[in-house]
Amino acid sequence: MLDIVIRIALLCCSLAMLGLIYRVIKGPAIPDRVIALDAVGVNLVAITALISIVLHSSAFLEIILLIGILAFIGTIAFAKYLEKGVIIERDSHR
Amino acid sequence: MTVIVNFLIGFFILAGAILCLIATFGVIRLPDVYTRNHAASKAATLGVMSILLGTFLYFYSFEGHFNSRLILGIVFLFMTSPISGHLINRAAYNSGVKLWDRSVRDDLKEYQKKLHEE
Repeated sequence: MLDIVIRIALLCCSLAMLGLIYRVIKGPAIPDRVIALDAVGVNLVAITALISIVLHSSAFLEIILLIGILAFIGTIAFAKYLEKGVIIERDSHR
Repeated sequence: MTVIVNFLIGFFILAGAILCLIATFGVIRLPDVYTRNHAASKAATLGVMSILLGTFLYFYSFEGHFNSRLILGIVFLFMTSPISGHLINRAAYNSGVKLWDRSVRDDLKEYQKKLHEE
């Protein structure tokens, strides 16, 4: 029973990623695309967890934390770039 | 006992996956950036946290080891996903993305205008 449930969940997550990729391609503004890419990263975390259940292996559970951290840093960098035009500012008083 | 644990794992994983799908429908169908961000940063976060909780229960009950990295992942996702949603929303507002044309009031615009006049 659990096997079928995990298959259905993988199908749902894959459909969710397809819809988000539609929004990445079509999105009218840049923030739409950034939001959709962030959600793709979060969905990738879910797919990694489900795949590690399917493979009966706990070797991929570090990847979950890693993808979460990378998606967060990437989204913050994009937000700062959109707002200020630079990501790392120069020291002004020197 | 194992039937109850099986049921809990199945419930958490299925609920999380369906929440992810609902978040995607929100991202596709809602009209502007801010409502899309509302869908993506709340429903997807809860769905993925639920899937990670189901995975944690699976490894705890069937493989028999307590995986603290999954707990850390749940806590990290819960802390950072709303923050990134807030930051990208503020960047969208400050870089001039329009609200939906049927939205009725915009308090931040009036506040920024007043701040500009002083």
